[in-house]
Amino acid sequence: MSRRAGPVGVLALQGGFEAHERLLRPLGAEVRQVRMPSDLDGLAALVLPGGESTTMMLGIEREGLAAPLAEFAASGRPVLATCAGAIILDDEHLGLIDLHCERNAYGGQIHSFEADLKFDGAGDDPFRGVFIRAPRFTRLGDDVVVLAEHDSAPVAVRERNIFAMSFHPELTADDRIHRRFIEMNLVNNVTDIDRKKAA
Amino acid sequence: MLKGGVIMDVVTPEEAKIAEEAGACAVMALERVPSDIRRDGGVARMSDPEMIRGIKQAVSIPVMAKARIGHFVEAQLLEALDIDYIDESEVLTPADEANHIDKHPFKIPFVCGATNLGEALRRIGEGAAMIRSKGEAGTGDIVEAVRHLRQIRSEIRQLQGMENDELFAAAKNLQSPLSLVQEVAETGKLPVVMFSAGGVATPADAALMMQLGAEGVFVGSGIFKSSDPAKRAKAIVEATTHFADPERVLHASFGLGEPMQSIESRKLDESELLAQRGW
Repeated sequence: MSRRAGPVGVLALQGGFEAHERLLRPLGAEVRQVRMPSDLDGLAALVLPGGESTTMMLGIEREGLAAPLAEFAASGRPVLATCAGAIILDDEHLGLIDLHCERNAYGGQIHSFEADLKFDGAGDDPFRGVFIRAPRFTRLGDDVVVLAEHDSAPVAVRERNIFAMSFHPELTADDRIHRRFIEMNLVNNVTDIDRKKAA
Repeated sequence: MLKGGVIMDVVTPEEAKIAEEAGACAVMALERVPSDIRRDGGVARMSDPEMIRGIKQAVSIPVMAKARIGHFVEAQLLEALDIDYIDESEVLTPADEANHIDKHPFKIPFVCGATNLGEALRRIGEGAAMIRSKGEAGTGDIVEAVRHLRQIRSEIRQLQGMENDELFAAAKNLQSPLSLVQEVAETGKLPVVMFSAGGVATPADAALMMQLGAEGVFVGSGIFKSSDPAKRAKAIVEATTHFADPERVLHASFGLGEPMQSIESRKLDESELLAQRGW
C-alpha cells in the first residue's frame, strides 16, 4: 500500500528523525531521509522531527530547502511536525502554519515532563505526551484546529494538511498518531487516483 | 534532541554565539578546552558558574557543563544552575577513584564517556542518559575515538550473536548490569544515544565517526583552536549531516585554513592519557 502512496519523507538535517522512522516502517510506510531539495521528489507525506530549531533552520538555509518545503506544504500533502519541527513552521520561521511558538516555554531540559493527553481522533485512551524543552503555541490563526490540550493550552493542532505538536509522539511505542497520519496520506492518494480516473 | 548534531566546546559567550550560528546542536561551556587543560596541567575542576551562566544567557541551544568524575556536589551545583546536561568528564581531574556519580537522583540528564561496552553499560546503570565514546581529548588525533567506538560496536555485535544462556557470563565479563546486557543483545544498540568525542579536527573526522555508527559528535579543541573557527564549525556540521555523501563532505572540506595544533596520541606518556580516567 505504501508503494502506491509514495514514500514518507523525514527531514534528517539533525534531530530525532530515526525515532519517527522506527514508528513509520512497521505501519507499512516506505521512509526516505530528506537532506536536500531533490529528496522531496515524489514524497506522499513529510515529517519534520524534533531537534534543535536553530540548527535545523541553519540547515534549511544551507540546503536551500525553504522554498521547496513551502511548495510541499502548499501541495496539500500531509506534514507532521513535532517539537522543533513545529517551531520551524511557525510565523517567525518558515511561516507554513498560522501560529506562533514560544521556544523552551516550559523551561530547560530539567523541566521536561510527560502527561496524558486526550487526542482528538486517536480514540478514548489517553495518549502519553513526552515534552522535552517543549515550545508553547502562543497564538493560533483562525483556521487552526486544536487536537489536544495540556493545562488548557494547545499542544497538538492542525491547519488543513499540516499537523503540529509540541510534544514527541515518536518517543512512545504508541503509534496511533503516526497511523492516522499515514492513513491520511493514503486517503489523499486515493483522491489523486480518482482525479486521474476522472481526467 | 541532539541526535545527528555537533556539540562544540566553548569558553566564552562570543564563542558560544559563533557555535550556535554555525549550527551546533548544543555547546559545552568550560573554562579551558582540553588541549589547554593538557598544556597547563594542575587540577581541572568544574568551571566558574558565572562563566557558565554567561554562556547560558548568550544562546538558545542547550548548554552542557562538566563535573569531575564522582564529584556529585559539582553536579548538584550545575543542576541548581539550570543548565541542560552535565558531562561527568574524564577531561577534568577525577574526584573519586572508586565511584562515579549516582546519577539517578538528578533530574538533569548526564552524558558520560566510555572506552568499551562494559564501561558504557555501567554508566547507563548509574543513570547516564547519553554516552560518548571517549577518544583522547585535546589531541586532534582521531585514532582513540575510532578505537573506542569500534570497540563498543564490536562488543554489541558479539552480544547479538550469543545464546540467551550465554548472556549471564557476558554480563559478568562486562561487569555490567544483566538487564542492560540482555537489552543490548536484543536491540543491537545502547539504550541511550551514543555520540563520539575526543580527537575530531576535520569534517572528514566527523563523517568517519558517523559512518562508524556514532549518532553525533563532540568537538572540543578542534574548532576554536583552528585558524578559522566559524568556517570549520559550519563545515563539521555540514559533514555530520551528510556523513554518507562524500561529495558533500568534500565540499565542506575546502578552504578551512589550519586545523588545531595536534598531538599524536601514541607519543603521550601513559600518565597523560585522559581516557584511562573512570572505570
